[in-house]
Amino acid sequence: MTDQTALRYTAEHEWLLVDGDTATVGITAYAAEKLGDVVFVDLPSVGATVASGKVVGEIESTKSVGELFAPVDGTVTEVNDAVVDSPELVNSDPFGEGWLIKVSFTELPPLLSFDEYTALVGE
Amino acid sequence: MAIVTGITTDELLEESGFAERHIGTDADAQAKMLDVIGYRSVDALVGAAVPASIHVDGFRAAAESSLPAAATEREALAELRRLARRNTVNRSMIGLGYYDTITPAVIKRNVLENPSWYTAYTPYQPEISQGRLEALINFQTMITDLTGLTTANASMLDEGTAVVEGMMLARRASKAEPRAFIVDSDAFPQTKALLANRAAAVGIGLIELDLAAIDPQELPAAFGIFVQYPSASGRIWDPRDVIAAAHSMGALAVVAADLLALTLITSPGELGADVAVGSSQRFGVPMGFGGPHAGYMAVRSGLERQLPGRLVGVSQDAAGHPAYRLSLQVREQHIRRDKATSNICTAQVLLAVMASMYAVYHGPQGLKQIATRVTRLTRVLARAASEAGHTLETANFFDTITLRTKSDAARLVRHAHTAGYLIHLVDDERVQLSVDETTTLDDVRAIAAILGEELTDGSVSHDIDWIPIELERSSDFLTHPVFNTHRSETSMMRYLKHLADYDYALDRGMIPLGSCTMKLNAATEMESVTWPEFAGLHPFAPEADVAGYLELIEQLQTWLADVTGYDSVSLQPNAGSQGELAGLLAIRGYHLSRGDAERTVCLIPQSAHGTNAASAVLAGMRVVVVSTDELGNVDLDDLRAKIDEHANTIAALMITYPSTHGVYEHEVGAICKAVHDAGGQVYVDGANLNALLGFARFGDFGGDVSHLNLHKTFCIPHGGGGPGVGPVAAKAHLAAFLPGHPFAQRDFTPAAGKPAHQNIVSAAPFGSPSILPISWAYVRMMGADGLKRATGAAVLAANYVAARLRDYYPVLYSGDNGLVAHECILDLRPLTESTGVTVDDVAKRLIDYGFHAPTMSFPVAGTLMVEPTESEDLAEIDRFIDAMIAIRGEADAIAAGTWTLGDNPLHNAPHTAQSVIEGEWTHPYSREQAVYPVRSLIRNKYWPPVRRIDNAFGDRNLVCACPPPEAFAD
Repeated sequence: MTDQTALRYTAEHEWLLVDGDTATVGITAYAAEKLGDVVFVDLPSVGATVASGKVVGEIESTKSVGELFAPVDGTVTEVNDAVVDSPELVNSDPFGEGWLIKVSFTELPPLLSFDEYTALVGE
Repeated sequence: MAIVTGITTDELLEESGFAERHIGTDADAQAKMLDVIGYRSVDALVGAAVPASIHVDGFRAAAESSLPAAATEREALAELRRLARRNTVNRSMIGLGYYDTITPAVIKRNVLENPSWYTAYTPYQPEISQGRLEALINFQTMITDLTGLTTANASMLDEGTAVVEGMMLARRASKAEPRAFIVDSDAFPQTKALLANRAAAVGIGLIELDLAAIDPQELPAAFGIFVQYPSASGRIWDPRDVIAAAHSMGALAVVAADLLALTLITSPGELGADVAVGSSQRFGVPMGFGGPHAGYMAVRSGLERQLPGRLVGVSQDAAGHPAYRLSLQVREQHIRRDKATSNICTAQVLLAVMASMYAVYHGPQGLKQIATRVTRLTRVLARAASEAGHTLETANFFDTITLRTKSDAARLVRHAHTAGYLIHLVDDERVQLSVDETTTLDDVRAIAAILGEELTDGSVSHDIDWIPIELERSSDFLTHPVFNTHRSETSMMRYLKHLADYDYALDRGMIPLGSCTMKLNAATEMESVTWPEFAGLHPFAPEADVAGYLELIEQLQTWLADVTGYDSVSLQPNAGSQGELAGLLAIRGYHLSRGDAERTVCLIPQSAHGTNAASAVLAGMRVVVVSTDELGNVDLDDLRAKIDEHANTIAALMITYPSTHGVYEHEVGAICKAVHDAGGQVYVDGANLNALLGFARFGDFGGDVSHLNLHKTFCIPHGGGGPGVGPVAAKAHLAAFLPGHPFAQRDFTPAAGKPAHQNIVSAAPFGSPSILPISWAYVRMMGADGLKRATGAAVLAANYVAARLRDYYPVLYSGDNGLVAHECILDLRPLTESTGVTVDDVAKRLIDYGFHAPTMSFPVAGTLMVEPTESEDLAEIDRFIDAMIAIRGEADAIAAGTWTLGDNPLHNAPHTAQSVIEGEWTHPYSREQAVYPVRSLIRNKYWPPVRRIDNAFGDRNLVCACPPPEAFAD
């Protein structure tokens, strides 16, 4: 079980687990719940350069589409193939097995704490 | 002396008016309904609902209209007979994508003329649509089999627009940089015109090349190529090398292929094509002077998510049984808006069903036989032409030959016309002839004689290999049992009945779908659709042959302009989406003509239908969203702010009136003025015209251009998801920018220097003419007064539903005096909040009560939008209201703890017969409560064939072709 208080968040309902110069990125349980049953994820390729705030992928449910924004400037070092094969992982374990990409970065932009994010979604 | 006849003058009138048949509520019923709402008359009600600002000098009196007085049903049919007689059905050998065909009578009677098929809606409620979903998956399987590709959608509007969609798909999917698309010069001229218009709007450059002659290594850089196969001139050539060369530079290959030819020649998929498109018209769908018929599109594996339009897939229901549904809906414009794969929504379902059933009826052997006959007769014709001294330009061909004539080609065409044959004049020296399923040896003899050759019986057997050996088809197709079972007419009739019985259409009960206007499609209106004088004409037939059609088209255009307050109407667009595009292209053309190239911003309210945004992008515009306030109206402050921000770049505002929230927006006059003051044009989306007709006109309160949906307001049946007709209507200053066509028999909006193909949006000059008599008959039989009364009855019905259900489900939005327009949104979110019962639960439970659900979660998630229309009678409206009240009671029982949230009649809805009969009954409610919640259902029950369908399973495990029969073993 991921300790959600240890994660950083964005206003676009993404979470980051920062480990040295690498951030693991996923979407929050709140976002997964809003999207509904996720049926398809489209992720960037390993090695892709991403810029903070830019769309790098898509998460499709049966009724809507969510855009995946890069939360930091950097390079994609890994993508979660398991979630590509089994998109339902985004719903069943958004903070764990449902992670999406890992990005190496040099600098972190301002991010939200657990408390700040919780206040944002009003829960 | 006086003759006493014993009858009064009134009794001498031959029949009662059609309006009384069309409008479901009579004076007594309306009085009861008005009582509930608290108004004295329908006029008083509508007067209170429609803002005074849009009454121009009060409501228009019927006398001001140019519409003729209402005709009776018999009179209207007699007039249609007269118009039909003015058309001349000559034998068409024009080809170019339109071929005469034999509609098997069993399909004509049981599909085309059967309300169980033609009055159904798009299968968004899959549990009550399994019949047409199966027919559509047969269509998709037929297309993938014949084209040799992996996934086909459930139809496109026509071949020309399908090619355009293929080009757009290639641009999305290709990694190649250049914004250029290569077009084979030997493609249908209407397709080339469409490509030119649509490519220019989105900044794609076209490169036209003779691809059969080019060295593939010399292909210029592009993101895609387009090949017509066989070519427009009839020749068959092998495009494999060109396709391989395209792939090597990262481009995609789009191939338009003739389905009948594909039974004999190698499929596009086997040639390497990424996308195949075309028409299924010649599979049993009459030419109809251009339409409707179903276009198709198929893609190779990996491109499924790039497909435009609707796609049927297999999923499973709550019991794990296979069940069909629409797959990957998030690709579509109602979700993705300006990022959608396309703006297409209504397609050509009824016609796709007909084409698929033609394949079911004939099977692979039968289709091959038809194709073989066609190509043999073409060979006989080719030989006769050569022997007559003409030069055969097509060395290898299927059904079409091009001849360099030994004498004046135009004279030859005239001579043929006199003899009852239509042949295509290519240029001064060349003609083109196409053979089809209906061509007989006598026809070939007659044509040979026209060409100057007497055909003896001996020349018939002449046969050599006209199809190159490397392009002979070797792969199997249509091997699924469904295409190999129904050979006898008895079996075919029963298969069609069996599928129709699965479905809920207007012939069973009310379909109260908000924003869809599921009104009566009267039998008299449908009567003339299959008359040969309307059904049998080629879209490019000479003007002299189509005088009746042109008269009908001109009358209908005039009437539609009259009732909407515009000056000109084009009937070319094949659906509302295409009408939107045509309207926006007209606005773009207008700005460009004034040197305002920078006006590209299209303002679209948040509440707009997603198609608006998708269409704007295809017209080369940039979408800027305007917020809506808490009442669902356009936020005037935000509108003014957005106008200031984009001051000199505003092209247009698109606004739906009444709004998508079913409300007569009070400030519409001020909204239009603000846009006009900024130099923009106002596009009024006419989807909700059924709430306005006869009371106010778009053109009077500020609209510059609109599209109408003849399949909503003007009675063309929905056909289970098409056909549609989406005329575009405009003020005089935009008239010159309405769609043109290179083969139009007449230009109704001529202008100096206007290119013939300007703003073309359909492959045929007048879109889908064979269904225009439906709308013509409706207007003719209603008259101005009847149309106005229909609007009043529709508004009354919606307000009655709102008034009676308000205490059970809050009505989300209302306008002046707390009234709604022709539909109302029931807010289920408070119920979901308090009981956990979702909008899906209520929608599916309505099936158990014998209803089609209202529109779900549009325009607001968690709501139901109800549009009863004027055609439903009070008993049916009350039956619906009572069902909704009873369902509210069931939800309350869940809240009270009588049933758990996980096991109750709503959660388990819909209930199949099997689910209540088989095995032990373990639910906390009775079997009777499950399937007979109302006693009247005992003798009049619609049984859904499947339980609730799992949407996620279907999208995660995409299967879009017929499953093997074993899948249904149970």
